[in-house]
Amino acid sequence: MTILLSVHDLRAYYGQVQALHGLSFDLNEGSMTTLLGANGAGKTTTLRAICNMVRSTGAIQFEGKPLNGKSTENIVRLGIAHVPQGRGTFTTLTVEENLQLGAISRKDTKAISSDIERMYAHFPVLKQRHTQQAGTLSGGEQQMLAVARALMLRPRLMLLDEPSFGLAPLIVRDLFNILGKINREDKVSILVVEQNAQLALEIADKAYVIETGRIVMSGNAQEIANDESVRKSYLGY
Amino acid sequence: MELFINQVLAGIATGAIYACMALAIVMIFQAIDHLNFAQGEMAMFSTFIAWQLMQWGIPYWWAFLLTLIISFVAGIVIERVLFKPLAKAPVLTNVAGFIALFAIVNSVAGLIWDFTIKQFPTPFGSSPFLGSQLISTHQVGMIGVTLGLLIALFLFFRFTRIGLAMRAAAAMPESARLVGINTSWMVALGWGMASAIGAIAGILIAPVVFLEPNMMLGVLLYGFAAAVLGGLTSPLGAVLGGFLVGVFENLVGTYIPGVGNELKLPIALALIVIVLVVKPNGLMGHTVVKRV
Repeated sequence: MTILLSVHDLRAYYGQVQALHGLSFDLNEGSMTTLLGANGAGKTTTLRAICNMVRSTGAIQFEGKPLNGKSTENIVRLGIAHVPQGRGTFTTLTVEENLQLGAISRKDTKAISSDIERMYAHFPVLKQRHTQQAGTLSGGEQQMLAVARALMLRPRLMLLDEPSFGLAPLIVRDLFNILGKINREDKVSILVVEQNAQLALEIADKAYVIETGRIVMSGNAQEIANDESVRKSYLGY
Repeated sequence: MELFINQVLAGIATGAIYACMALAIVMIFQAIDHLNFAQGEMAMFSTFIAWQLMQWGIPYWWAFLLTLIISFVAGIVIERVLFKPLAKAPVLTNVAGFIALFAIVNSVAGLIWDFTIKQFPTPFGSSPFLGSQLISTHQVGMIGVTLGLLIALFLFFRFTRIGLAMRAAAAMPESARLVGINTSWMVALGWGMASAIGAIAGILIAPVVFLEPNMMLGVLLYGFAAAVLGGLTSPLGAVLGGFLVGVFENLVGTYIPGVGNELKLPIALALIVIVLVVKPNGLMGHTVVKRV
C-alpha cells in the first residue's frame, strides 16, 4: 500500500502558543483515516497545518513531494480539498456558484458541467436549490454542499473537519454513508476529524488518537474501537 | 417644468460619473475593507495621462483606450507596492497610506503638468442633443459610456470564471483560498479595475469641470456619498446611489434658495452623515440571510 500523505514531527504555533508537539502519522492511498481527540487536542490545527493555514514546522509530504513552503491555494491545486470547520460556504453566492468555485482551479470546463450534474445526482436536494443563496440552506444541506464543493476539485485527498457538527443524528448517518461511498467508488482518500468517535470508527479503516498535540494511539479502526481506554474516554461506555 | 426636467437630466449625467467613482470605491472596499481616499486623485492623474497622450497627437479614442490600460496596470502596481505590505496592518496605518497616496499623486500631477486649468476635449461635442435644449450631446455621451461600462462589468462578474473568483475572494477570502483561488492577486485585479473605472470617470467629467490637479475632489466626495447611500457592500447600490446623488444635488442647488454652487459640497457631506445615522447599511447594502 502506498503512502499518500505523510506527516512527520509536525509542530504548529498560534503566536507564541504551541498547539502541536511533534505529531507524526501516515495516510494510505485509498484509505479513510480518522483523527480522534477531545476539544483542543489539535485535530483542527493538524488539518490547517497540512494546508499551510497556520505557522508550523516539520515535514509534510503529499505523493512523496514536500508541501512545506507552498501557499494554501497551491496546496489545494495539488488535489487536496479541505472542508473547514463551519463548512466555509460562500453564503452570498448561489448553490451552483459554490459548486463552480470548487472547480475554479480546473481547466477542463466541459468536464466541470458534467461533474456538477454528478453532484446533483449524489445530493438531489442541491439540484432543487441550485439557484438559491447558499446561506439560506439548512445546516445539513450546507454540509452536503461543502462536501460536493470539495469533490468538484476532483481531489486525491479530502480533509474534513467535524462534518457532523451541528447536524441531526439521522443526517449525520446519511452524510457518513455518502462519504463512505465517495471513498470506495470515486477512490478519494479521506482524512476526517471527528468528535463523534463512534460513527467515525464505524466507517474509517484507520484511526489515530490525539491528546494535547501528540499522537497517543494508532491502529485499525476496529482495534481502536475495542480498546478499553478509548471506549471509556471517547465512546462513553 | 422645463427647468425641472433639464436639472434632472443634467443630474443623471453627472450622477453617471458619481456612479463610476462610487463603483470604484466599492470594488476596493469589497476587496480590502478600506475606503480608498486617493481614488479621485488616481482618476485625475489618469485624466492627465489621457490629456498628455492627446497633446502628443494621439486620437481621442486611442488615448482613451491607452489610458485605461495604463491606469489598470498602475492600479495593480500601487496595490503590490503600497497596500499588499499593509494587508494585515491596523486600519489607521492603511488610512495613512491612502492619505499619503492622495498627497503624492496630487503633488506629482502639479509638478508635471502645473496647477493651471486646462481645457479637455469631448468626442461627443457640446451641442444640444437632437436639437433639444434639455440635455447636451456630451451629457448623453457620459450616460451612454457609463451604462455600457456597467453592463460590461455586470456580464464580467456574473458570467466569467475570473469574475466569480473575484466575488468569492471578496466575500470569503479563507474559503476562496481553500478552493485554490489566489486571493492576493484577486485584490490586485480589483485595484486595477477600480483604477480603470476611475479613469473613465475622470475623462468623462474633465470637459465639464476642466482639467487641474484638484478637479476630482468634489467628485470624489459625491462618489463617497453615493457609495454610502447605496450601501458600501453593493455595487448595484453604488450605481443607483450615484444617479440619485447627482439628481438630488442639482435639484437642491436649483430650488432651495441660498444653496447655489458654493454650498453643494456640504450637501454631499450632510448626505453621508444622514445616511449613516438613519440607514447605515445604505439602500442596497445586504444583511446576509443566514440559517444555521
